[in-house]
Amino acid sequence: MGKEKLEQAFHNKQTANEKLFIPYIMAGDGGLEVLEERITSLEECGAAAIELGIPFSDPVADGPTIQEAGIRALKNGTTLAAVLDQLKTFQETRNIPIILMTYLNPIYSYGVEKFAADCQNSGVDGIIIPDLPMEEEGIVDGALKENNIAFIRLAAMTSPKNRLEEISKRTEAFLYAVSVTGTTGVRSIHDEIVKDYLQLLKENSSVPVLAGFGVSNIEQAHSLGAHCDGVIVGSKIVDLLHQGKEEEVRDLIKGSISAEFVS
Amino acid sequence: MTTYTMPDETGRYGDFGGRFIPELLMPAVIELEKEYDKAINDPEFIEELNYYLKQYVGRETPLYYAEGISKEIGGPDIYLKREDLNHTGAHKINNTIGQALLTRRMGKKKVVAETGAGQHGVATATVCALLDLECVVFMGEEDIRRQKLNVFRMELLGAEVRSVSQGSGTLKDAVNEALRYWVSHVNDTHYILGSVVGPHPFPKIVRDLQAVIGKETKKQITEQTQKLPDAVVACVGGGSNAMGMFYPFIEDGDVKLFGVEAGGAGLETNKHAATLSSGSVGVLHGTLTHLLQDDHGQIEEAFSISAGLDYPGVGPEHSHLHDSNRVTYTSITDQEALEAFQFLSKTEGIIPALESAHAVAYAVKLAKEMKQGETLVICLSGRGDKDVEQVKNVLEGKSHG
Repeated sequence: MGKEKLEQAFHNKQTANEKLFIPYIMAGDGGLEVLEERITSLEECGAAAIELGIPFSDPVADGPTIQEAGIRALKNGTTLAAVLDQLKTFQETRNIPIILMTYLNPIYSYGVEKFAADCQNSGVDGIIIPDLPMEEEGIVDGALKENNIAFIRLAAMTSPKNRLEEISKRTEAFLYAVSVTGTTGVRSIHDEIVKDYLQLLKENSSVPVLAGFGVSNIEQAHSLGAHCDGVIVGSKIVDLLHQGKEEEVRDLIKGSISAEFVS
Repeated sequence: MTTYTMPDETGRYGDFGGRFIPELLMPAVIELEKEYDKAINDPEFIEELNYYLKQYVGRETPLYYAEGISKEIGGPDIYLKREDLNHTGAHKINNTIGQALLTRRMGKKKVVAETGAGQHGVATATVCALLDLECVVFMGEEDIRRQKLNVFRMELLGAEVRSVSQGSGTLKDAVNEALRYWVSHVNDTHYILGSVVGPHPFPKIVRDLQAVIGKETKKQITEQTQKLPDAVVACVGGGSNAMGMFYPFIEDGDVKLFGVEAGGAGLETNKHAATLSSGSVGVLHGTLTHLLQDDHGQIEEAFSISAGLDYPGVGPEHSHLHDSNRVTYTSITDQEALEAFQFLSKTEGIIPALESAHAVAYAVKLAKEMKQGETLVICLSGRGDKDVEQVKNVLEGKSHG
């Protein structure tokens, strides 16, 4: 469970010569009742783990697609407590690790200690908090450690070298390399600077490095994947699932994880 | 009273404050903190700031003895700190001129800002025109509809106003979009935040730049009455005029400080903006402070007749001053503010901003409990020209049943 489960899952994929692919989905978008089915289907497509977003009223790190998914989820009455309850109901039947992506305030409101304990009880393996830089992470660090939940840090292209080194050192299970200067969302630019950035992170990190923000197709997954261990795809997946295009999700994941790039 | 040294080096005011922002922005706020510290210790920067405050903004502003309302109430002598007489009509420009000079000093040529009713947007667009900085202002689509004239003012001043349709389309959503824009343009753009909110060092920078209000007041009241005031009253939305007024008085324990929040339709309804009077602690826009939020940590909309107080958070330093009992926070309803708006207009010939009318309304209540010979200062943060049409509609709506 927890950190080890993530590490084992990544190890298995990498041993099978696959790139790591983590799809992001918004909890409660389409209703919490579809959560199990979506997670099972993404697992079958070959995802290494699931990044499950908790909707928040003020998601400053997110672009329009995920903002809208969050609004839909909130309209459905989705709460952090309800998501944890739902995850608990099929904890025994899923193998794929679950990572929660949530802004700090829902956790703070829930109570940090209770949150970490309930995550463990619901089979949550890792946490990503996009509005919690190193300077403030003491607010959750102890509780997550105590419950063996992997605390995944985000690196940014604006960070100077010494911060990137420190973030790489602190992160658990994998390093989330934000690979655009901006919010989440579909984009086309991934240039030389990104390559150097990812290589620096790879050199300083003892865990896999995954690139995220702005990744939306197999070609980008491969060009970024050439310099790190895989990708996280959010807005594109959220959009495809919202449109009911499950087949395209399958093709995107399968195409991205194969070491061979077939266009 | 012991020396007041907030914030500490991590940007904390007691339990509140901090920097809860994406890593992407951390290098920018760290740079801002360094550059700001250098600037305020640089006599040349201070001289430049003081030049613009005097020659462009029109400081110092008068501390006016309001004889009419003092006599009418028959209690303490009431003084008005006339921030409404600043260029652009409110205290907002004290902050924007300082931050625009800081932008230039950091070698950045572009500015982004948020605005609610448009007062901070206009004050930002104004100084950007003055200092030849490119300016983008985010404003909620609902606010754009309500404040068409201020949108035109900003455009006239050369700023680009971008409509925000996300969320409730008001100030909180405009801050979100300004933060997102800053995330994407952080290399060449400075974010001129309009109140004592946001991640460290913004609450400190805005407080320090607004502290000119309290410093002048302290000097003027001493000259005019040979003593410090017994009470000081200011309105609190994010809380920049109040923080600027209170800060120089914090160590003067005998001076009672009162922050007045927007009580909207009343605290018993959920249509208000009284964060400290009825909210709970959480994290919004990069800072840990009191918020209006539901049981699941989702931020709720604030309501007030006054757009400038219509914010679901409050500056972290106010949260600290509230919890440490140095400042008393209270609230005034829309109805009470409207009455004070008319009262001050008729009695003193001064039309206050609806925001400032909240301070006036509470001061009138407070004065009734005070004695003759005592003094009370009201921070009159802005003028009410912008609100005249709105007040007319409300009053006519009422009189026509």
